[in-house]
Amino acid sequence: MNPSTYSLDELLIKRRGLRRQLLALHGLKDIRIAVLGGTTTNELVDLFEILLLQSGFRPTFYQSEYGRYYEDAVLQPDGMIAFKPDIVYVHTCSLNIQTFPPLSCTENQLPEYVASELARFRAVWRSLSERIGCQIIQNNFELPSHAILGNLDAVRAGGATRFVSELNRQIAAEAVANPRMIMQDLSAIAATIGMSRWFDPERWFSYKIANTVEGSFAVATSLTALVGAIYGRSRKVLVLDLDNTLWGGVIGDDGVDKILIGRETPVAEAYTAFQEYCLRLRDRGILLAVCSKNNEAVAKSGFAHPDSVLKPEHFSAFKANWEPKYENILAIAQELNLSVDSFVFVDDNPAERAIVEAQVPGVAVPAVGNEVAKYPSILDAGRYFELVSLENEDTARAQLYAENSQRAKLQQKFASYGEYLDSLEMMAEIDVFKAIYMARIAQLTNKTNQFNLTTRRYTLAEIEAAAADGNHIGIYGKLTDRFGDNGLISIVLGRLDDTDLHLELWLMSCRVLKRDMEMAMLDSLVEQTRQRGVKRLIGYYHPTAKNGMVANHYENLGFSPVYSDTAIGTTWSLDITNYVARSRHIKILERTDV
Amino acid sequence: MYDLLPEIQRIFCDVFDDSSLVITRASNASTVEDWDSLAHVNLVTAIEKKYGIRFALGELQELKNVGDMIDLIQEKFAVK
Repeated sequence: MNPSTYSLDELLIKRRGLRRQLLALHGLKDIRIAVLGGTTTNELVDLFEILLLQSGFRPTFYQSEYGRYYEDAVLQPDGMIAFKPDIVYVHTCSLNIQTFPPLSCTENQLPEYVASELARFRAVWRSLSERIGCQIIQNNFELPSHAILGNLDAVRAGGATRFVSELNRQIAAEAVANPRMIMQDLSAIAATIGMSRWFDPERWFSYKIANTVEGSFAVATSLTALVGAIYGRSRKVLVLDLDNTLWGGVIGDDGVDKILIGRETPVAEAYTAFQEYCLRLRDRGILLAVCSKNNEAVAKSGFAHPDSVLKPEHFSAFKANWEPKYENILAIAQELNLSVDSFVFVDDNPAERAIVEAQVPGVAVPAVGNEVAKYPSILDAGRYFELVSLENEDTARAQLYAENSQRAKLQQKFASYGEYLDSLEMMAEIDVFKAIYMARIAQLTNKTNQFNLTTRRYTLAEIEAAAADGNHIGIYGKLTDRFGDNGLISIVLGRLDDTDLHLELWLMSCRVLKRDMEMAMLDSLVEQTRQRGVKRLIGYYHPTAKNGMVANHYENLGFSPVYSDTAIGTTWSLDITNYVARSRHIKILERTDV
Repeated sequence: MYDLLPEIQRIFCDVFDDSSLVITRASNASTVEDWDSLAHVNLVTAIEKKYGIRFALGELQELKNVGDMIDLIQEKFAVK
């Protein structure tokens, strides 16, 4: 759901009523969030709660008393340990900096001041990691409200502005090094609002709230997007109209020579800038799709314009026809094997936006207006594509989908499906969980909805705990073929119980459907678990709205039915004492570490 | 002068999510259940946003009840 459905003014007055209505919704995901504040955090938490409820989460909060972020995390963490948070948010601001360097501070002395100020925060992060093992969100610092040294404040070692930027660099470095810590860029949030509209001294003196209510709302919006990203709910596809969205004018009327794109006029420059913005999103893994009322050949001619930054090959789906746009969007979803709640739709025409919004619940339809120069900022502000880690998978994703369409073309040429699979020259690496893949594994558990037998979600901390506890066996699978590397695409996690292995998780990315990869996974699972004395695999299928495609997964793999209940699902078992490997079309790479 | 009480009454009902809440000029934090310091921040912020005014430091401490608050809002609104 779109976090900006309600205006801030409405939220402020009607918060409790909205909260009551939203709590009555079904299918909300429970999460537990502890907020450790250097300021009074109640207003922020109130707004955060509403936005999370709108995004499909039902949060339970723990809040430290004002200013007790260090005490609650390090000295007296019992309350928080008992609370068992999934996420701890450490919300501090420049006003919580205890020791700024003196004006006389030299370049040589500065690192020591930085280290000593951060020591308190490092203790907080360490304590949270060791005693609670949860995901940590730590914001960096906004610029100080006053620059006593003017411009020199950002230059001299004794300047407060300079000090804050040094602290922020160190916090970012920690976030890079520590996969459990996510940094929220509070500095950018405050700067986007404007420091003069961010800091509110009256509220600080009266209530120990450091910023304006607009500031609290912006922080809550950013946090909601981060939580969504942690649980794999960020959006993945940007669906674009063409005429007066990607170029000025109507290609069918004006022709490729007359549409506005390029550097010749201010308006053309604005369309070019938006195309460049879309291409940058694609480069970081967001799929682009066209949905336009046009003749397809005419629509494509627009991208033949020499100044068009986007080319037809940049689009993972291209729908230019005269059918209603909502039908085309559903068709794109099917083609890409992604659900519409991962889509954002941009169209300059308010009527098209309205009908798509009404007909396809789940699609984000930002009110972009009709001024293309503003589109990038509006999309940024919606925080639709928030991400908490940038895996190689993300930057290569659009390429992966392009390879998929080549594979689909190839498939049409073969006599049998087996022949087609052989022609793909598939090679798999299947092995027990490795530390370097944990972030990707956690990400997959959260974003895989269709080929997912139990739809159990794991945070990074939880998956690491399971991998290390000695009671679980987890294997991952990576698959390459002649068209490219599909990356890490399948996970199976089982819990040992004497000679049984309970399969708590079995999932696979839909980009490698129907490749017999599940058979290769089963072969390797049997091999791995036999060494540990397992004699029987117990599989579970828990039906959801999205995982109907795997209802017969265990049956197809030769498991026998054990139990069936329409509500809970089905249970299956497979005796593996005489199991013989079955995978025929995938070459398994020798493991390197044994 | 325009009587703000009905509007203020509606804001209170919304903020406290209690449509049966009745506010008079004599109401204050001790007569309205739930009117604690956190609700107070919400109320003040909501009123400031609605009327486009800001209460200065210390002004709110001197108010005894809703009536005083309405008078102060009207005073600030008049000079706007």
